[in-house]
Amino acid sequence: MIVASVVVLLVATAQENIAKQRIATGFGFFDDEANFAIIQTLIPYSETSSYARALLVGLLNTLLVAALGIALASVIGFTVGIARLSPNWLVARLAAIYVETLRNVPLLLQLFFWYFAVLRALPRPAASLSIGDAVFLNNRGLFVPALSFDGMAWLAPIVLVMMVLASRVVSTRTRAGTRWLDRWPRAGLIAFGVVSAAGILAFTVRAEVPALTGFSFQGGVRVIPELMALVIGLSTYTAAFIAEIVRAGIQGVAKGQHEAAQSLGLSRWQTLRLVVMPQALRIIVPPLTSQYLNLTKNSSLGTAIAYPDLVHVFAGTALNQTGQAVEILTVTMVIYLTLSLLTAAAMNWYNSRLRLQER
Amino acid sequence: MSALTSLNGVRWIRENLFSSFGNTALTLFGLAVVWLVLVPAIDWALVRAVWSGDSREVCLDPAAGACWPYIEARLGQIVYGFYDKAARWRVDIVFVLGAIGIAWLMLPRLPSKWLVAALLLTVYPIIVFVLLSGGIFGLDVVPTSRWGGLLLTLLVAATGIVTSLPIGIALALARQSDLPVIKWMAIAFIEIVRGVPLITLLFMASNLLPLFLPDGMTADKLVRALVAFSLFSSAYMAEVVRGGLQAIPRGQTEAAHALGLGYWTVTGLIVLPQALRLVIPGIVNTFIGLFKDTTLISIIGFFDLLGVIQSGNADPDWATPNTAFTGYIFVGAVFWAFCFGLSRYAGAVETRLAHADRGQK
Repeated sequence: MIVASVVVLLVATAQENIAKQRIATGFGFFDDEANFAIIQTLIPYSETSSYARALLVGLLNTLLVAALGIALASVIGFTVGIARLSPNWLVARLAAIYVETLRNVPLLLQLFFWYFAVLRALPRPAASLSIGDAVFLNNRGLFVPALSFDGMAWLAPIVLVMMVLASRVVSTRTRAGTRWLDRWPRAGLIAFGVVSAAGILAFTVRAEVPALTGFSFQGGVRVIPELMALVIGLSTYTAAFIAEIVRAGIQGVAKGQHEAAQSLGLSRWQTLRLVVMPQALRIIVPPLTSQYLNLTKNSSLGTAIAYPDLVHVFAGTALNQTGQAVEILTVTMVIYLTLSLLTAAAMNWYNSRLRLQER
Repeated sequence: MSALTSLNGVRWIRENLFSSFGNTALTLFGLAVVWLVLVPAIDWALVRAVWSGDSREVCLDPAAGACWPYIEARLGQIVYGFYDKAARWRVDIVFVLGAIGIAWLMLPRLPSKWLVAALLLTVYPIIVFVLLSGGIFGLDVVPTSRWGGLLLTLLVAATGIVTSLPIGIALALARQSDLPVIKWMAIAFIEIVRGVPLITLLFMASNLLPLFLPDGMTADKLVRALVAFSLFSSAYMAEVVRGGLQAIPRGQTEAAHALGLGYWTVTGLIVLPQALRLVIPGIVNTFIGLFKDTTLISIIGFFDLLGVIQSGNADPDWATPNTAFTGYIFVGAVFWAFCFGLSRYAGAVETRLAHADRGQK
């Protein structure tokens, strides 16, 4: 009762205040012209596009940075986590330093560091760092060749997939044979697939190499510095947490499993890959999920370095222009909530597949 | 003797660093990382660094490393923000009192911990409020917009930490309540707050909260940010506490009920003490996370430790190629010292409690 009356009172006050300040209400503004530019758009967008379109652009930018960040953070995190348990003293120490340094410094500070200190210190376009005159790095961003595919390019993946499937068939036929020679047909088929796919691609793909004209680069794909800083910062930071999760997961597997695998003659790497990791994943996946979620939510810090994500475009620019704080913040929060719930659901599904099949 | 130690040293190096081909490759890779990252970093921060001077001129040498005079010139702002210079002694008193209180609680030997804790939670905040904002006892008023630097960071962190524990415990208990309304409201609150980024909650506090306040009632911008921050940390704390509550065997509650104890007695005297003790690592981790998250208030226009250095880096009087690096590295080191110290202290407490447990048995 008390709660309900407080809510009613608050809503009434809010309505009164909104009316007094002449702020429009409702979601009508979604169709209005947004009138602002966005520096990175994955779908066609212009200043005459609607607010709804701007919202979609921001959301896609958030998803892009989350996907890149999650992929990179997983790779770094698993590597560092395994390195922390390495019998090599130096490597284990370096991994520990990595973890203890990065996870004890605020993410926002790290983002500022990458964006305002490191990337700003890069040379001007005329003096770019380059790899083979095709990839250029300067203070305007990372410029990589743009690939365009000709008509027949789709044949390449099909050839590759067919050869891999064929090798599977061959290998099931020859499963009994463990002699080295028996692996030849399989390897041959895969090699043929790779070579022919590469051949097709070589004739059908054209790379548009960026070139310096005037003060900046033309052609190719430009990765804006904001995106680079955000992906680097998010992934290295989150990787420190993932590394600890991976370490705990590996240490959580019973010692007897290691010893049994080694006494069967498996190498250290085989033990890790075939015996320890599959069991460790059961411990790793639940906390890993929440790290992925954290990374997605933390991508909103990109707003501080002007990366045009959901928060920056919608809860920032659009909010300032329309003043409709209630609607805009509600929509933003609902989107993040949905992303969180979807990720959690997907990971729970994966987790249930990994679970021990008990009878 | 020394020949033996050096022999042992050689053996240790061989066994730990060069035991096999793969291991040697790893060691070489590690040495490359040290050579390419750690050595230049130390060289930049200590060897090539500029240590004294009073303007940017001294840091303009192309071979110069970190520009420490910049930090020295900014130290006042880094600690106090834009707090009135003449009134900075008030902040100093706040710092000293707080440091004494916390040190008293942390050192195991000192007596009457409960009294000190009670003083810290009741009298101390009043002293802090009076000293910092002024307005009575002839103290000049210093508006919250001038508070900043380390002062603001510590204030926000302390508020978050102090409020999140009781609210978090209440939320965790509510989530386990038998009353469906209370239970579902707790679940909804916790899950919504945890499902959205902190920055949207802070935007809400700065844009939305004023709309919900009746005429003539205004809340200070800092107070609004503190409310958002406290609610945010409470939701995370609630989940940590819930983990502890779920780990307490049902038999504990049942036995206590069988002895005729009521809900509050059982919860307060039997369940919570055990549950909280179990989740000390989780609580400290939440505190550390919170401490780092205080930097987000710089996004909504406060000049906390990070905000102050961010504005300092833009100062043309100190514009050198190394200014931004120096500023970030310094603030990063401050945060690192706090967070790392906290986690090490928590580790020590955990070990001590574990030993105490074993001693009792």
